[in-house]
Amino acid sequence: MKEKIRIGCGAGFSGDRLEPALILTEKGNLDYLVLECLAERTIALAQKRKQQDPSQGYDVLLERRMEGLLPLLIQHKTRLITNMGAANPIAGGKKIIEIAQKKGIKIKVAVVLGDDVFSQLSGEELTMEGNLPLKSYGKLVSANAYLGADAILPALDTDAQIIITGRVADPSLFLAPMIKEFGWDINDANLLGQGTVIGHLLECAGQITGGYFADPVTKPIPNMDRLGHPFVDVFKDGKAKISKVSGTGGMVSVQTAKEQLLYEVLDPENYFTPDVVADFSKVKIKEIAKDEIEVLGGKGKPRPQTLKVSVGYQAGWMGEGEISYAGAHALERAKLAGDIIRKRISHLYHEFRVDYIGMSSLHGELLSQNSNPYEIRLRIAGKTQEKFLAQLVGEEVEALYTNGPAGGGGARKNVTELLGVVSILKDRSSIASQVELLES
Amino acid sequence: MKRKLAEIAHSRAGDKGNTLVLSLFPFDKKDFDTLVDQVTAEKVKIHFSEQIKGEITRHILPELQGLLFTCENALSTGVTTSLALDSHGKSLSFALLELEVETNN
Repeated sequence: MKEKIRIGCGAGFSGDRLEPALILTEKGNLDYLVLECLAERTIALAQKRKQQDPSQGYDVLLERRMEGLLPLLIQHKTRLITNMGAANPIAGGKKIIEIAQKKGIKIKVAVVLGDDVFSQLSGEELTMEGNLPLKSYGKLVSANAYLGADAILPALDTDAQIIITGRVADPSLFLAPMIKEFGWDINDANLLGQGTVIGHLLECAGQITGGYFADPVTKPIPNMDRLGHPFVDVFKDGKAKISKVSGTGGMVSVQTAKEQLLYEVLDPENYFTPDVVADFSKVKIKEIAKDEIEVLGGKGKPRPQTLKVSVGYQAGWMGEGEISYAGAHALERAKLAGDIIRKRISHLYHEFRVDYIGMSSLHGELLSQNSNPYEIRLRIAGKTQEKFLAQLVGEEVEALYTNGPAGGGGARKNVTELLGVVSILKDRSSIASQVELLES
Repeated sequence: MKRKLAEIAHSRAGDKGNTLVLSLFPFDKKDFDTLVDQVTAEKVKIHFSEQIKGEITRHILPELQGLLFTCENALSTGVTTSLALDSHGKSLSFALLELEVETNN
Protein backbone atom coordinates (compact mmCIF):
# COMPACT_ATOMS: atom_id res chain seq x y z
CA MET A 1 0.00 0.00 0.00
CA LYS A 2 1.17 3.49 -0.82
CA GLU A 3 1.43 6.39 1.64
CA LYS A 4 0.69 9.08 -0.95
CA ILE A 5 -0.59 9.33 -4.52
CA ARG A 6 -0.78 12.23 -6.93
CA ILE A 7 -3.83 12.66 -9.20
CA GLY A 8 -4.16 15.38 -11.83
CA CYS A 9 -7.31 16.58 -13.56
CA GLY A 10 -6.60 17.56 -17.17
CA ALA A 11 -10.13 18.25 -18.41
CA GLY A 12 -13.28 19.41 -16.64
CA PHE A 13 -15.76 19.07 -19.48
CA SER A 14 -16.07 17.63 -22.97
CA GLY A 15 -14.96 20.80 -24.74
CA ASP A 16 -12.08 21.65 -22.41
CA ARG A 17 -8.63 22.75 -23.66
CA LEU A 18 -6.20 20.04 -24.73
CA GLU A 19 -2.80 21.27 -23.51
CA PRO A 20 -3.31 21.42 -19.73
CA ALA A 21 -3.46 17.60 -19.61
CA LEU A 22 -0.24 17.37 -21.64
CA ILE A 23 1.53 19.77 -19.26
CA LEU A 24 0.22 17.91 -16.20
CA THR A 25 1.43 14.57 -17.56
CA GLU A 26 4.80 15.87 -18.68
CA LYS A 27 5.67 18.02 -15.66
CA GLY A 28 3.26 17.05 -12.91
CA ASN A 29 4.90 13.78 -11.80
CA LEU A 30 1.43 12.19 -11.66
CA ASP A 31 0.44 8.68 -10.64
CA TYR A 32 -3.01 9.18 -12.19
CA LEU A 33 -4.49 11.56 -14.73
CA VAL A 34 -8.26 12.02 -14.79
CA LEU A 35 -10.13 13.51 -17.76
CA GLU A 36 -13.75 14.31 -16.85
CA CYS A 37 -15.59 14.90 -20.11
CA LEU A 38 -19.25 14.04 -19.57
CA ALA A 39 -22.01 16.51 -18.68
CA GLU A 40 -25.65 15.53 -18.14
CA ARG A 41 -26.68 15.96 -21.73
CA THR A 42 -23.39 14.97 -23.41
CA ILE A 43 -24.22 11.27 -23.13
CA ALA A 44 -27.68 11.68 -24.69
CA LEU A 45 -26.11 13.48 -27.67
CA ALA A 46 -23.48 10.72 -27.88
CA GLN A 47 -26.25 8.10 -27.84
CA LYS A 48 -27.73 9.73 -30.94
CA ARG A 49 -24.36 9.55 -32.72
CA LYS A 50 -24.12 5.87 -31.79
CA GLN A 51 -27.59 5.19 -33.24
CA GLN A 52 -26.45 6.67 -36.54
CA ASP A 53 -23.11 4.82 -36.53
CA PRO A 54 -22.46 1.94 -34.08
CA SER A 55 -18.69 2.69 -34.09
CA GLN A 56 -19.35 6.20 -32.72
CA GLY A 57 -20.79 7.53 -29.48
CA TYR A 58 -17.57 8.12 -27.52
CA ASP A 59 -16.27 11.63 -26.79
CA VAL A 60 -15.80 13.68 -29.97
CA LEU A 61 -12.36 14.92 -28.81
CA LEU A 62 -11.09 11.48 -27.73
CA GLU A 63 -8.83 11.03 -30.74
CA ARG A 64 -7.31 14.50 -30.49
CA ARG A 65 -6.75 14.16 -26.75
CA MET A 66 -5.22 10.66 -26.98
CA GLU A 67 -2.93 11.40 -29.95
CA GLY A 68 -0.91 13.77 -27.81
CA LEU A 69 -1.35 12.07 -24.46
CA LEU A 70 -0.58 8.41 -25.20
CA PRO A 71 3.22 8.74 -25.61
CA LEU A 72 3.44 10.95 -22.50
CA LEU A 73 1.40 8.55 -20.38
CA ILE A 74 3.79 5.73 -21.37
CA GLN A 75 6.92 7.82 -20.81
CA HIS A 76 5.84 9.01 -17.37
CA LYS A 77 4.13 5.75 -16.28
CA THR A 78 0.89 7.61 -15.56
CA ARG A 79 -2.43 5.79 -15.48
CA LEU A 80 -5.38 7.49 -17.17
CA ILE A 81 -8.95 7.30 -15.85
CA THR A 82 -11.54 8.94 -18.10
CA ASN A 83 -15.27 8.88 -18.83
CA MET A 84 -14.63 9.71 -22.50
CA GLY A 85 -16.36 6.41 -23.35
CA ALA A 86 -19.65 8.37 -23.12
CA ALA A 87 -22.39 6.32 -24.80
CA ASN A 88 -19.98 3.76 -26.29
CA PRO A 89 -17.02 2.96 -24.00
CA ILE A 90 -16.07 -0.18 -25.98
CA ALA A 91 -15.78 1.76 -29.24
CA GLY A 92 -13.79 4.44 -27.38
CA GLY A 93 -11.46 1.78 -26.00
CA LYS A 94 -10.98 0.29 -29.46
CA LYS A 95 -10.20 3.73 -30.87
CA ILE A 96 -7.45 4.19 -28.24
CA ILE A 97 -6.00 0.77 -29.16
CA GLU A 98 -6.06 1.78 -32.83
CA ILE A 99 -4.18 5.02 -32.05
CA ALA A 100 -1.61 3.06 -29.97
CA GLN A 101 -1.07 0.53 -32.80
CA LYS A 102 -0.51 3.34 -35.28
CA LYS A 103 2.16 4.74 -32.98
CA GLY A 104 3.70 1.31 -32.29
CA ILE A 105 2.77 1.55 -28.60
CA LYS A 106 1.94 -1.54 -26.53
CA ILE A 107 -0.88 -0.74 -24.15
CA LYS A 108 -3.86 -2.25 -22.35
CA VAL A 109 -7.21 -0.52 -21.98
CA ALA A 110 -9.79 -1.57 -19.37
CA VAL A 111 -13.33 -0.68 -20.38
CA VAL A 112 -15.94 -0.23 -17.63
CA LEU A 113 -19.42 -1.26 -18.82
CA GLY A 114 -22.87 -1.50 -17.31
CA ASP A 115 -24.08 2.09 -16.97
CA ASP A 116 -26.35 1.79 -20.02
CA VAL A 117 -29.70 0.61 -18.60
CA PHE A 118 -31.89 1.76 -21.49
CA SER A 119 -33.16 -1.77 -22.18
CA GLN A 120 -34.39 -2.04 -18.58
CA LEU A 121 -36.75 0.95 -18.81
CA SER A 122 -40.50 0.36 -18.76
CA GLY A 123 -41.48 4.02 -19.19
CA GLU A 124 -43.57 3.87 -16.00
CA GLU A 125 -40.67 5.04 -13.76
CA LEU A 126 -41.39 8.34 -12.01
CA THR A 127 -38.90 11.19 -12.53
CA MET A 128 -37.17 12.95 -9.64
CA GLU A 129 -37.92 16.35 -11.21
CA GLY A 130 -41.64 16.15 -11.80
CA ASN A 131 -42.81 12.86 -10.27
CA LEU A 132 -44.27 12.02 -13.69
CA PRO A 133 -43.85 8.76 -15.62
CA LEU A 134 -40.93 8.78 -18.08
CA LYS A 135 -43.17 7.95 -21.03
CA SER A 136 -45.03 11.26 -20.59
CA TYR A 137 -41.89 13.19 -21.61
CA GLY A 138 -41.76 11.95 -25.20
CA LYS A 139 -39.55 9.51 -27.10
CA LEU A 140 -36.77 8.23 -24.82
CA VAL A 141 -33.27 8.03 -26.34
CA SER A 142 -30.88 7.05 -23.53
CA ALA A 143 -30.68 5.91 -19.91
CA ASN A 144 -27.35 5.85 -18.09
CA ALA A 145 -26.84 5.05 -14.43
CA TYR A 146 -24.23 6.92 -12.43
CA LEU A 147 -21.81 4.11 -11.51
CA GLY A 148 -19.49 4.56 -8.54
CA ALA A 149 -15.91 3.83 -7.52
CA ASP A 150 -16.86 0.16 -6.99
CA ALA A 151 -17.34 -0.18 -10.77
CA ILE A 152 -13.87 1.27 -11.49
CA LEU A 153 -11.96 -0.81 -8.90
CA PRO A 154 -11.95 -4.08 -10.90
CA ALA A 155 -10.48 -2.12 -13.84
CA LEU A 156 -7.74 -0.73 -11.58
CA ASP A 157 -7.01 -4.30 -10.40
CA THR A 158 -5.98 -5.23 -13.97
CA ASP A 159 -2.62 -4.10 -15.38
CA ALA A 160 -4.34 -1.78 -17.85
CA GLN A 161 -2.79 1.67 -18.03
CA ILE A 162 -5.94 3.27 -19.38
CA ILE A 163 -9.37 2.97 -17.80
CA ILE A 164 -12.27 4.25 -19.90
CA THR A 165 -15.84 4.44 -18.65
CA GLY A 166 -19.25 5.67 -19.66
CA ARG A 167 -21.42 7.41 -17.06
CA VAL A 168 -19.68 7.40 -13.67
CA ALA A 169 -20.21 9.96 -10.90
CA ASP A 170 -17.47 12.56 -11.39
CA PRO A 171 -15.89 12.33 -7.89
CA SER A 172 -15.78 8.52 -8.21
CA LEU A 173 -13.17 8.86 -10.98
CA PHE A 174 -10.84 10.26 -8.28
CA LEU A 175 -12.06 8.22 -5.31
CA ALA A 176 -11.44 4.86 -7.02
CA PRO A 177 -7.62 5.18 -7.17
CA MET A 178 -7.56 6.35 -3.52
CA ILE A 179 -9.49 3.26 -2.40
CA LYS A 180 -7.26 1.06 -4.55
CA GLU A 181 -3.86 2.48 -3.53
CA PHE A 182 -4.57 3.00 0.18
CA GLY A 183 -6.73 -0.07 0.72
CA TRP A 184 -9.51 2.09 2.16
CA ASP A 185 -12.47 0.19 3.60
CA ILE A 186 -15.43 0.95 1.32
CA ASN A 187 -17.62 1.03 4.43
CA ASP A 188 -15.60 3.85 6.01
CA ALA A 189 -18.02 6.65 5.12
CA ASN A 190 -15.84 9.42 6.58
CA LEU A 191 -12.81 8.48 4.45
CA LEU A 192 -15.01 8.14 1.35
CA GLY A 193 -16.60 11.50 2.21
CA GLN A 194 -13.18 13.16 2.37
CA GLY A 195 -12.13 11.44 -0.89
CA THR A 196 -15.35 12.68 -2.51
CA VAL A 197 -14.59 16.25 -1.36
CA ILE A 198 -11.19 15.95 -3.07
CA GLY A 199 -12.74 14.57 -6.26
CA HIS A 200 -15.40 17.28 -6.31
CA LEU A 201 -12.76 20.00 -5.88
CA LEU A 202 -10.72 18.68 -8.83
CA GLU A 203 -13.38 17.46 -11.27
CA CYS A 204 -13.95 20.82 -13.01
CA ALA A 205 -10.22 21.30 -13.62
CA GLY A 206 -9.67 25.04 -14.27
CA GLN A 207 -12.55 26.01 -11.99
CA ILE A 208 -10.31 25.49 -8.93
CA THR A 209 -7.15 26.99 -10.43
CA GLY A 210 -8.68 30.44 -10.72
CA GLY A 211 -10.20 30.17 -14.20
CA TYR A 212 -13.95 30.39 -13.69
CA PHE A 213 -13.18 32.32 -10.47
CA ALA A 214 -11.56 35.32 -12.17
CA ASP A 215 -12.81 38.91 -12.22
CA PRO A 216 -10.17 41.48 -13.23
CA VAL A 217 -11.50 44.05 -10.72
CA THR A 218 -12.13 42.10 -7.52
CA LYS A 219 -10.49 38.71 -8.18
CA PRO A 220 -7.59 39.18 -10.63
CA ILE A 221 -5.82 35.98 -11.72
CA PRO A 222 -2.39 35.96 -13.42
CA ASN A 223 -1.66 34.53 -16.88
CA MET A 224 -5.11 33.14 -17.64
CA ASP A 225 -4.12 32.47 -21.25
CA ARG A 226 -1.87 29.69 -19.87
CA LEU A 227 -4.21 28.50 -17.11
CA GLY A 228 -2.82 25.40 -15.39
CA HIS A 229 -5.09 22.56 -14.32
CA PRO A 230 -4.92 21.10 -10.79
CA PHE A 231 -3.27 18.09 -9.18
CA VAL A 232 -3.69 16.72 -5.67
CA ASP A 233 -1.40 14.83 -3.34
CA VAL A 234 -3.66 12.53 -1.33
CA PHE A 235 -2.29 10.86 1.79
CA LYS A 236 -3.35 7.55 3.27
CA ASP A 237 -5.29 9.25 6.08
CA GLY A 238 -7.27 11.30 3.55
CA LYS A 239 -5.40 14.55 3.95
CA ALA A 240 -5.03 16.38 0.63
CA LYS A 241 -2.78 19.06 -0.79
CA ILE A 242 -4.01 20.69 -4.00
CA SER A 243 -1.71 22.61 -6.31
CA LYS A 244 -0.81 23.09 -9.99
CA VAL A 245 2.31 22.77 -12.13
CA SER A 246 4.67 25.65 -11.36
CA GLY A 247 5.04 28.09 -14.22
CA THR A 248 1.46 27.67 -15.44
CA GLY A 249 -1.05 30.49 -15.12
CA GLY A 250 -3.87 30.69 -12.63
CA MET A 251 -4.06 30.54 -8.85
CA VAL A 252 -4.94 27.98 -6.18
CA SER A 253 -6.19 29.63 -2.98
CA VAL A 254 -8.70 29.20 -0.17
CA GLN A 255 -11.11 31.39 -2.13
CA THR A 256 -10.83 29.50 -5.42
CA ALA A 257 -11.36 26.23 -3.53
CA LYS A 258 -14.38 27.45 -1.54
CA GLU A 259 -16.22 28.53 -4.69
CA GLN A 260 -15.58 25.15 -6.25
CA LEU A 261 -16.47 23.20 -3.09
CA LEU A 262 -20.08 24.41 -3.19
CA TYR A 263 -20.41 24.38 -6.99
CA GLU A 264 -23.58 22.51 -8.06
CA VAL A 265 -24.10 21.31 -4.48
CA LEU A 266 -27.78 21.27 -3.50
CA ASP A 267 -27.26 20.43 0.18
CA PRO A 268 -23.73 20.76 1.60
CA GLU A 269 -24.43 18.28 4.41
CA ASN A 270 -25.84 15.62 2.12
CA TYR A 271 -24.04 15.35 -1.22
CA PHE A 272 -25.28 12.12 -2.79
CA THR A 273 -22.91 10.01 -4.88
CA PRO A 274 -22.99 6.26 -5.59
CA ASP A 275 -20.17 5.84 -3.02
CA VAL A 276 -21.27 7.88 -0.03
CA VAL A 277 -23.54 10.68 1.17
CA ALA A 278 -20.79 13.23 1.71
CA ASP A 279 -20.82 16.12 4.18
CA PHE A 280 -18.99 19.18 2.81
CA SER A 281 -20.08 21.56 5.59
CA LYS A 282 -17.13 21.00 7.97
CA VAL A 283 -14.34 21.08 5.38
CA LYS A 284 -11.28 23.07 6.39
CA ILE A 285 -9.15 24.67 3.68
CA LYS A 286 -5.78 26.22 4.56
CA GLU A 287 -3.19 27.92 2.39
CA ILE A 288 0.18 26.23 3.07
CA ALA A 289 2.27 27.77 0.27
CA LYS A 290 1.77 29.92 -2.81
CA ASP A 291 -0.74 28.08 -5.01
CA GLU A 292 -0.95 25.20 -2.55
CA ILE A 293 -3.82 24.44 -0.16
CA GLU A 294 -4.49 21.72 2.39
CA VAL A 295 -7.98 20.21 2.55
CA LEU A 296 -9.31 18.30 5.58
CA GLY A 297 -12.60 17.53 7.25
CA GLY A 298 -14.79 15.92 4.59
CA LYS A 299 -17.15 13.43 6.23
CA GLY A 300 -19.87 11.07 5.14
CA LYS A 301 -22.73 8.70 5.76
CA PRO A 302 -23.21 5.27 4.13
CA ARG A 303 -23.92 5.12 0.40
CA PRO A 304 -27.51 5.18 -0.90
CA GLN A 305 -29.24 1.97 -1.96
CA THR A 306 -30.33 3.53 -5.24
CA LEU A 307 -28.36 4.92 -8.18
CA LYS A 308 -29.37 7.99 -10.15
CA VAL A 309 -30.14 7.32 -13.82
CA SER A 310 -30.07 10.14 -16.38
CA VAL A 311 -32.70 9.60 -19.06
CA GLY A 312 -32.51 11.48 -22.34
CA TYR A 313 -35.68 12.22 -24.34
CA GLN A 314 -36.54 14.02 -27.55
CA ALA A 315 -37.79 17.44 -26.48
CA GLY A 316 -38.56 18.89 -29.91
CA TRP A 317 -36.85 21.80 -31.60
CA MET A 318 -35.66 25.29 -30.74
CA GLY A 319 -35.72 27.95 -33.45
CA GLU A 320 -33.81 31.19 -32.99
CA GLY A 321 -33.48 34.43 -34.92
CA GLU A 322 -31.44 37.54 -34.15
CA ILE A 323 -31.15 41.03 -35.60
CA SER A 324 -29.43 44.25 -34.40
CA TYR A 325 -30.47 47.92 -34.10
CA ALA A 326 -28.19 50.90 -33.32
CA GLY A 327 -28.20 54.57 -32.37
CA ALA A 328 -31.25 56.74 -31.70
CA HIS A 329 -34.28 54.71 -30.53
CA ALA A 330 -32.40 51.42 -30.94
CA LEU A 331 -34.28 49.84 -28.05
CA GLU A 332 -37.65 51.23 -29.21
CA ARG A 333 -37.14 49.82 -32.71
CA ALA A 334 -35.95 46.47 -31.34
CA LYS A 335 -39.05 46.33 -29.14
CA LEU A 336 -41.28 47.20 -32.10
CA ALA A 337 -39.62 44.40 -34.08
CA GLY A 338 -40.12 42.01 -31.16
CA ASP A 339 -43.82 42.96 -30.94
CA ILE A 340 -44.28 42.42 -34.68
CA ILE A 341 -42.82 38.90 -34.53
CA ARG A 342 -44.75 38.10 -31.36
CA LYS A 343 -48.07 39.09 -32.99
CA ARG A 344 -47.28 37.13 -36.15
CA ILE A 345 -46.10 33.75 -34.84
CA SER A 346 -45.91 33.37 -31.03
CA HIS A 347 -49.23 31.47 -30.90
CA LEU A 348 -47.61 28.61 -32.87
CA TYR A 349 -45.12 27.65 -30.12
CA HIS A 350 -45.22 25.82 -26.74
CA GLU A 351 -42.80 28.41 -25.39
CA PHE A 352 -41.80 31.70 -26.93
CA ARG A 353 -39.20 34.19 -25.77
CA VAL A 354 -38.17 37.70 -26.81
CA ASP A 355 -34.79 38.99 -25.56
CA TYR A 356 -33.05 42.33 -26.01
CA ILE A 357 -29.35 41.49 -26.06
CA GLY A 358 -27.35 44.35 -24.60
CA MET A 359 -30.25 45.23 -22.32
CA SER A 360 -32.25 42.41 -20.76
CA SER A 361 -31.45 39.09 -22.47
CA LEU A 362 -29.78 37.49 -19.45
CA HIS A 363 -31.86 38.46 -16.43
CA GLY A 364 -35.07 40.08 -17.65
CA GLU A 365 -36.25 43.69 -17.45
CA LEU A 366 -36.28 44.25 -13.68
CA LEU A 367 -32.55 43.78 -13.02
CA SER A 368 -31.67 45.60 -16.28
CA GLN A 369 -33.84 48.68 -15.86
CA ASN A 370 -31.02 51.23 -15.56
CA SER A 371 -29.07 50.21 -18.67
CA ASN A 372 -28.95 52.50 -21.69
CA PRO A 373 -27.11 50.82 -24.53
CA TYR A 374 -26.04 52.27 -27.90
CA GLU A 375 -27.01 49.05 -29.67
CA ILE A 376 -29.57 46.33 -29.10
CA ARG A 377 -29.73 42.86 -30.58
CA LEU A 378 -33.20 41.37 -30.74
CA ARG A 379 -33.32 37.64 -30.10
CA ILE A 380 -36.43 35.53 -30.65
CA ALA A 381 -36.61 31.90 -29.54
CA GLY A 382 -39.45 29.41 -29.87
CA LYS A 383 -39.89 25.80 -28.79
CA THR A 384 -41.93 23.37 -30.87
CA GLN A 385 -42.28 19.70 -31.81
CA GLU A 386 -42.11 20.59 -35.53
CA LYS A 387 -38.81 21.31 -37.25
CA PHE A 388 -40.43 23.55 -39.89
CA LEU A 389 -41.88 25.77 -37.16
CA ALA A 390 -38.44 26.03 -35.56
CA GLN A 391 -37.09 27.21 -38.93
CA LEU A 392 -39.90 29.74 -39.20
CA VAL A 393 -38.58 31.72 -36.19
CA GLY A 394 -35.37 32.69 -37.99
CA GLU A 395 -37.17 33.22 -41.30
CA GLU A 396 -39.57 35.69 -39.68
CA VAL A 397 -36.70 37.60 -38.09
CA GLU A 398 -34.82 37.72 -41.39
CA ALA A 399 -37.93 39.12 -43.10
CA LEU A 400 -37.62 42.20 -40.86
CA TYR A 401 -34.86 43.32 -43.25
CA THR A 402 -37.36 44.75 -45.73
CA ASN A 403 -40.56 44.85 -43.69
CA GLY A 404 -39.07 46.98 -40.93
CA PRO A 405 -38.63 48.71 -38.55
CA ALA A 406 -35.76 50.82 -39.86
CA GLY A 407 -32.09 49.98 -39.68
CA GLY A 408 -32.22 46.31 -38.70
CA GLY A 409 -28.95 44.54 -39.63
CA GLY A 410 -26.96 41.36 -39.11
CA ALA A 411 -29.82 38.84 -39.04
CA ARG A 412 -28.87 35.27 -38.11
CA LYS A 413 -31.01 32.15 -37.76
CA ASN A 414 -30.48 28.85 -36.04
CA VAL A 415 -32.33 25.58 -35.43
CA THR A 416 -31.38 23.17 -32.62
CA GLU A 417 -32.76 19.74 -31.85
CA LEU A 418 -33.51 19.63 -28.13
CA LEU A 419 -32.58 16.60 -26.05
CA GLY A 420 -34.03 16.84 -22.58
CA VAL A 421 -32.63 15.00 -19.58
CA VAL A 422 -34.57 13.87 -16.52
CA SER A 423 -33.54 11.57 -13.68
CA ILE A 424 -34.95 8.48 -12.02
CA LEU A 425 -33.65 6.38 -9.12
CA LYS A 426 -33.01 2.69 -9.61
CA ASP A 427 -32.13 0.01 -7.06
CA ARG A 428 -28.40 -0.61 -7.29
CA SER A 429 -28.85 -4.39 -7.16
CA SER A 430 -30.47 -4.18 -10.62
CA ILE A 431 -27.36 -2.56 -12.15
CA ALA A 432 -24.28 -4.71 -12.71
CA SER A 433 -20.99 -3.35 -14.02
CA GLN A 434 -18.33 -5.34 -15.91
CA VAL A 435 -14.80 -4.77 -17.14
CA GLU A 436 -13.51 -5.73 -20.58
CA LEU A 437 -9.79 -5.71 -21.31
CA LEU A 438 -8.42 -4.62 -24.70
CA GLU A 439 -4.79 -4.83 -25.81
CA SER A 440 -2.73 -3.35 -28.64
CA MET B 1 -23.69 52.99 3.87
CA LYS B 2 -25.37 51.05 1.06
CA ARG B 3 -23.03 48.88 -0.98
CA LYS B 4 -23.44 46.33 -3.72
CA LEU B 5 -22.60 42.78 -2.67
CA ALA B 6 -20.03 42.77 -5.50
CA GLU B 7 -17.83 45.07 -3.39
CA ILE B 8 -17.67 42.77 -0.37
CA ALA B 9 -18.41 39.25 -1.59
CA HIS B 10 -17.93 36.69 -4.35
CA SER B 11 -20.33 34.11 -5.71
CA ARG B 12 -20.53 31.13 -8.07
CA ALA B 13 -23.66 29.79 -9.77
CA GLY B 14 -24.26 26.11 -10.46
CA ASP B 15 -27.20 24.19 -11.90
CA LYS B 16 -28.86 20.81 -11.35
CA GLY B 17 -31.81 20.43 -13.68
CA ASN B 18 -34.17 23.34 -13.03
CA THR B 19 -32.55 24.11 -9.66
CA LEU B 20 -30.11 27.00 -9.35
CA VAL B 21 -27.39 26.96 -6.70
CA LEU B 22 -25.71 30.23 -5.66
CA SER B 23 -22.82 30.39 -3.22
CA LEU B 24 -21.81 33.61 -1.47
CA PHE B 25 -18.54 34.29 0.40
CA PRO B 26 -17.26 37.55 1.92
CA PHE B 27 -13.82 38.76 0.78
CA ASP B 28 -13.16 39.73 4.40
CA LYS B 29 -14.50 37.42 7.10
CA LYS B 30 -15.62 40.41 9.20
CA ASP B 31 -18.43 40.83 6.63
CA PHE B 32 -19.78 37.30 7.11
CA ASP B 33 -22.30 38.40 9.75
CA THR B 34 -23.53 41.18 7.45
CA LEU B 35 -24.26 38.56 4.80
CA VAL B 36 -26.00 36.27 7.30
CA ASP B 37 -28.10 39.14 8.68
CA GLN B 38 -29.05 40.83 5.43
CA VAL B 39 -28.89 38.36 2.55
CA THR B 40 -31.87 36.31 3.58
CA ALA B 41 -33.74 33.81 1.41
CA GLU B 42 -36.68 36.25 1.28
CA LYS B 43 -34.48 39.08 0.03
CA VAL B 44 -32.94 36.86 -2.66
CA LYS B 45 -36.39 35.73 -3.72
CA ILE B 46 -37.51 39.36 -4.17
CA HIS B 47 -34.27 40.25 -6.02
CA PHE B 48 -34.83 37.38 -8.47
CA SER B 49 -38.61 37.70 -8.72
CA GLU B 50 -38.45 37.35 -12.53
CA GLN B 51 -36.22 34.23 -12.47
CA ILE B 52 -36.84 32.14 -9.37
CA LYS B 53 -40.36 30.71 -9.30
CA GLY B 54 -39.86 28.11 -6.56
CA GLU B 55 -38.66 27.88 -3.00
CA ILE B 56 -35.24 29.13 -1.85
CA THR B 57 -33.39 27.28 0.90
CA ARG B 58 -30.49 29.10 2.54
CA HIS B 59 -27.64 27.09 4.06
CA ILE B 60 -25.38 28.90 6.54
CA LEU B 61 -21.87 27.41 6.65
CA PRO B 62 -19.92 28.94 9.56
CA GLU B 63 -16.84 26.71 9.07
CA LEU B 64 -16.54 27.81 5.44
CA GLN B 65 -17.69 31.38 6.19
CA GLY B 66 -20.14 31.09 3.34
CA LEU B 67 -23.81 30.96 2.39
CA LEU B 68 -25.48 28.70 -0.14
CA PHE B 69 -28.86 29.33 -1.76
CA THR B 70 -30.67 26.39 -3.35
CA CYS B 71 -33.33 27.87 -5.64
CA GLU B 72 -36.00 25.62 -7.12
CA ASN B 73 -37.77 26.16 -10.43
CA ALA B 74 -35.30 28.88 -11.36
CA LEU B 75 -33.88 28.07 -14.81
CA SER B 76 -36.92 28.07 -17.11
CA THR B 77 -36.96 24.22 -17.22
CA GLY B 78 -33.16 23.75 -17.04
CA VAL B 79 -30.13 23.64 -19.28
CA THR B 80 -31.25 20.95 -21.72
CA THR B 81 -34.59 22.47 -22.73
CA SER B 82 -34.48 26.16 -21.76
CA LEU B 83 -34.94 28.83 -24.43
CA ALA B 84 -32.80 31.26 -22.43
CA LEU B 85 -29.54 32.57 -23.88
CA ASP B 86 -27.70 31.50 -20.71
CA SER B 87 -29.47 28.20 -20.24
CA HIS B 88 -27.16 27.09 -17.38
CA GLY B 89 -27.77 30.32 -15.48
CA LYS B 90 -24.02 30.74 -15.06
CA SER B 91 -24.24 34.54 -15.18
CA LEU B 92 -26.74 34.68 -12.30
CA SER B 93 -23.90 34.78 -9.72
CA PHE B 94 -23.19 38.34 -10.81
CA ALA B 95 -26.90 39.19 -10.68
CA LEU B 96 -26.86 38.16 -7.01
CA LEU B 97 -23.89 40.47 -6.44
CA GLU B 98 -26.02 43.41 -7.65
CA LEU B 99 -28.05 43.16 -4.45
CA GLU B 100 -27.41 45.98 -1.98
CA VAL B 101 -26.61 45.66 1.71
CA GLU B 102 -26.07 48.20 4.49
CA THR B 103 -22.54 48.21 5.98
CA ASN B 104 -20.85 50.24 8.73
CA ASN B 105 -17.68 51.03 6.76
